Amino acid sequence: MPRITDVPVLPPASTAPDQAAEHPAPAPPATAPGRPQQPDQPQRPNQPQRPKRPKRPERHRGHAWARLISPVAVVLLWQLVSSAGLVSAQKLPPPLTVWRTAVSLVTTDSPAYGTLQGAMLVSLQRMAIGFAFGAVVAIGLALVAGLSRVGEDAVDPLMQILRTLPLFGLIPVFIVWFGIGELPKVILIALGAAIPLYLNTFAGIRGVDARLAEAGRALGLSRTEMIRHVILPGALPQALTGLRQSLGVAWLALVVAEQVNANAGLGFIISQATQFLRNDVILVALAVYAALGLITDALVRLLERRALAWRRGLLSQ
Amino acid sequence: MAPRTPLPVTATPTPATPATATPATPTPVTATTARGLVREFDGRRVLDGLDLDIAPGEFVALLGVSGTGKSTLLRALAGLDRQVTGVIQGPENVAVAFQEPRLLPWRTVLANVALGLRTREPETAARSALAEVGLTERAQAWPLTLSGGEAQRAALARALVREPGLLLLDEPFSALDALTRMTMHRLVLRLWQRHRPAVLLVTHDVDEALILADRVLVLADGRITFSAPVDVPRDPNRDQNRDRDHPALIELRHELLRQLGVSQEG
Repeated sequence: MPRITDVPVLPPASTAPDQAAEHPAPAPPATAPGRPQQPDQPQRPNQPQRPKRPKRPERHRGHAWARLISPVAVVLLWQLVSSAGLVSAQKLPPPLTVWRTAVSLVTTDSPAYGTLQGAMLVSLQRMAIGFAFGAVVAIGLALVAGLSRVGEDAVDPLMQILRTLPLFGLIPVFIVWFGIGELPKVILIALGAAIPLYLNTFAGIRGVDARLAEAGRALGLSRTEMIRHVILPGALPQALTGLRQSLGVAWLALVVAEQVNANAGLGFIISQATQFLRNDVILVALAVYAALGLITDALVRLLERRALAWRRGLLSQ
Repeated sequence: MAPRTPLPVTATPTPATPATATPATPTPVTATTARGLVREFDGRRVLDGLDLDIAPGEFVALLGVSGTGKSTLLRALAGLDRQVTGVIQGPENVAVAFQEPRLLPWRTVLANVALGLRTREPETAARSALAEVGLTERAQAWPLTLSGGEAQRAALARALVREPGLLLLDEPFSALDALTRMTMHRLVLRLWQRHRPAVLLVTHDVDEALILADRVLVLADGRITFSAPVDVPRDPNRDQNRDRDHPALIELRHELLRQLGVSQEG
């Protein structure tokens, strides 16, 4: 190929062999494990970039597959028991029936249920609005309470009282206050999400290592710098734990809230199916709830891995 | 350095007292003086009218048995203790290295060193400080991946990059193994020689004090009860280290141990 000798995007031909000689092994971990975010050493701009994230060790992958065995076995057993006629197909529909029901709920817009994806979007929207509202309020209040004594005295007692209230016991009151439309549902989700997120973020801010704060003061950090570099990053691990907890509570709140006079959404499908004694439809709706919960939890864990990359060094040692 | 609020600090640069050396740094040469420092914890006077003088560029070691208030004094000089009363006068730039490195684990080593730096190009300054302590390669590493010695070197770089007129070292080598500690001693002496800050090293290690310092102090009953110069020549070929078997050092070591209440007999 004589024509592509001087392609500008390639590194200069002279540096490439040098590097090959310097680094016979592909990208040796010259620095440390567990800090893959900044793979490009400034001293060696031509060094081949290491992959953004190191591949998980094979052991982990094999382990993940191994963990699938028992759930799959249970599903198989369930199918066998149903096929053998040992349980009533109406009480416990076999997995294959549930699957077919799921497919038909997705593909056909039935007058009784609508479509599954349509219902899912309605539920997802409720969840998103309620959760976003709750999270913003919770983080705001946690910052106010965490960063000042006055704020703590003003906010924290109220939040401590709120946390002791049984969330679902509030439903009748909410119906009286907010009716039976979207508002009480969204507020219930917001409240459910806000409490654990507030508690953990507040505790995270207050739990920041005092020795690091002292070091920050010794370095002459301003109040803003202190919050930005010491307090908020220090509180982040626990705030993220709170985020995962609050997602769990919020999904639960969604399920319960949707039992109250829902005319759309997954809860509506469930209440319809209850009237028609269609346990297979109920199981499909429950599976969608579970899948949504899993997905959001995975998203937060992804966020944790990104934001708390500095901890991975500790874990890999 | 942060303002030391309740203390009537006058930051006027005092005329350069005859010091052991003139600092190479452009910062105004200021001696550190403390007068009548008092600090009580629950009615117990840890500092009781303490007076202290450190000449510019002087390396002073402060010894004392546990609980005598060595760290309290250091925190007072660093402006970290707002309940100390008395007068402290000293250089504007004071830097501290603590017993633990106290690096922010969520910032890279480089970002830690550059943290709060008010110079025009903090990153460049931080890089050269890291080069001085031999940590160029670890600039982008997370602190939790550093060894104990590396982390303490990073903490030293973070203190020195501020070009302090007074460097406060709070037992920074006590958690290190013996070999790493010896390496750190030479590093500290080399850095001190190059930047010439006044140094107050709090330590419980008599030998460390004797090898490193120009002058050794003993803190007891809330005051400086003993002060003696270490009149033993430094070896310029060994980063200003001293021969720890020099007769004068042995004599001073006996005296210090006696001052600290450690009997030599038996």
